[in-house]
Amino acid sequence: MRKFLNKSRAWLYILPALFIIILFRFIPILGSFIISFFEWTITGPGKFIGIANYQRLINDPEFWKSLLNTFYLVIFVVPMTIVFSLFFATLLDNIKALKSFFRTVYFIPFVTSLVSLSIIWKIIFNQQTGLANTFLKYIGFKPLKWLAESKGIFILLFEPLGINLPNWAGGPSLALFAIIIVTVWRSIGYNVVIYLAGLQNISKSFYEAAELDGAGKAKQFFNITLPLISPTTYYVLMMTTITTFQVFSQVYLMTGPPIGGPDGSTKVIVYYIFEKGFELQDLSYASAIALVLFAIILCLTMLQKHFEKKHVHY
Amino acid sequence: MFKKTIIYTMLIICGLVMVVPFVWMIGVSLRSQLEINQGSSGFNPVVNYQSYMYDGNEYQVSIVMSKGDSTVINLINDKSKIVHSYLTVLTEDIKDVKKVKFHWTNYQEAFRKVPFNRYFLNTIFIALMVLFGVLITSALSAYAFARMHFFGKDFLFYFLISMMMVPEPIFIIPSYILLNKLGWINTYYALIIPWIANIFTIFLMRQHFKTIPQDLLDAAAIDGCSPFKILYSIILPLSKPIIATASVFSIIGSWNSFMWPLVMTNSPELRVLQVGLSYFSQEASSQTTLLMAASSFSILPLIVIFLFAQKSIIESYTSSGMKE
Repeated sequence: MRKFLNKSRAWLYILPALFIIILFRFIPILGSFIISFFEWTITGPGKFIGIANYQRLINDPEFWKSLLNTFYLVIFVVPMTIVFSLFFATLLDNIKALKSFFRTVYFIPFVTSLVSLSIIWKIIFNQQTGLANTFLKYIGFKPLKWLAESKGIFILLFEPLGINLPNWAGGPSLALFAIIIVTVWRSIGYNVVIYLAGLQNISKSFYEAAELDGAGKAKQFFNITLPLISPTTYYVLMMTTITTFQVFSQVYLMTGPPIGGPDGSTKVIVYYIFEKGFELQDLSYASAIALVLFAIILCLTMLQKHFEKKHVHY
Repeated sequence: MFKKTIIYTMLIICGLVMVVPFVWMIGVSLRSQLEINQGSSGFNPVVNYQSYMYDGNEYQVSIVMSKGDSTVINLINDKSKIVHSYLTVLTEDIKDVKKVKFHWTNYQEAFRKVPFNRYFLNTIFIALMVLFGVLITSALSAYAFARMHFFGKDFLFYFLISMMMVPEPIFIIPSYILLNKLGWINTYYALIIPWIANIFTIFLMRQHFKTIPQDLLDAAAIDGCSPFKILYSIILPLSKPIIATASVFSIIGSWNSFMWPLVMTNSPELRVLQVGLSYFSQEASSQTTLLMAASSFSILPLIVIFLFAQKSIIESYTSSGMKE
């Protein structure tokens, strides 16, 4: 008996956490597969419908639209976050005084709740009284419609030049771009801190050697910093991609009414899941969408792992 | 020298971009709605307005039309309500006033319109319960992972990591169905119990527990300490910094969580701060000054915690982020 106790003691210690995780993570994740194959209402399972939800999904233009919006979000947010974060981290790495002061200031948005931030930014983008338009007027530009603008940013950009782009080449709507701005703005602080830690791990002797060989600052950045910081870049790339796929609060709070922006141009996939599942109570269809999102994130993670092996230098 | 100036200028610009929305938030929250609607930027606390003495009280004036010596005006009180309309008065009696004015009443009004104190209490209660649960379950399992050998340890480890990677939107629908089956929708249980195990905290603690010298634990074991007593009276006291870090992470997480409480509760009594704020922003969408006041006081507690503990918070984010 005693021996048995000794052997199973470890499991006893793990049990409380494991119980919660199995009950509230593992079972729901498995459950969403099952739910997506049934007609499921809040009262319980209905009849088995096989892959009908997935067929419906393929023919659902709203689903494709929300997927496209999400891709726009990721494609803009991830590179912008990486470039800005690396840029400001490099600057910070070059100074001594006030370094931690700046680091703290940049970090503030990251610890602030997305709900409050979305409320603030919604008012910033307010057409009449917002800061964004006040600023545009101040520097002599025409005010924009921001969150109420469903036209693509490339259309808006080329219109004054007399070039009329077709709709498919319009890019994300200005409303979605406003959400991109907020998302990047919030994530910079965290990623600057991550990059700064990475930069501090690069030995100064590399730069000294390069200096002796007469390499300029730009050359040093591209030939030393960039390759040596690539593990950090990989981490930032992966984390930002995964979190950007899950953007919800900004869309829920900043756009609307109706939520989802003008012409549904800010409806991202997690908001679509929320709308289908909890506003329209179509739980099994929402589960199917959630699983597609899961599959996409999983594929991207594996793709990035593959990419990492090939291109990340240590 | 020149180069340093450029670097600092860039850093300051970026800093302004980070801070200006907050400054503006406070600025707007202290103006009257009328001034904002009339085009006040919100930054400048000096108000220019015209006033008129009527019945011994001074009122703000909005001019309807003026014709020569006399002007038709509306009188407006402190609460931006028109109290007398279409008064015809002498133009010279209308005075220009310049005054620094803060509308602290916005804060009171936001608090009065919506039971934010209830929301605060809910949030604090839930955050503390979750914190309590997380610390207990994490310390126990981190201890097992760091200091015990058992069958299935590696498998369990990878199982937990993979569970940690699954994003919330994936499991929120089945969780809703499950919690509904348990009868927990619209209860505090739904907001607390699913979150009292945190995989991230388990790893954070395990990492730290591994650094405690084995000799110390062996000595305690020889003295007859049970494994639980070793955890309780040796390991935990040596892990205060990591417990503090885990606590801060947990509190920030609970404080800012939004989608889960939005979905799992719908009665106003159970609203947490973020959900209450979100409903308020839909109800009062045109009252920007009140919204900014509400945002200000819901952001404030976390910013204060952050500024006090910023060094250790940033450092733990850095180290925990890069360890995987």
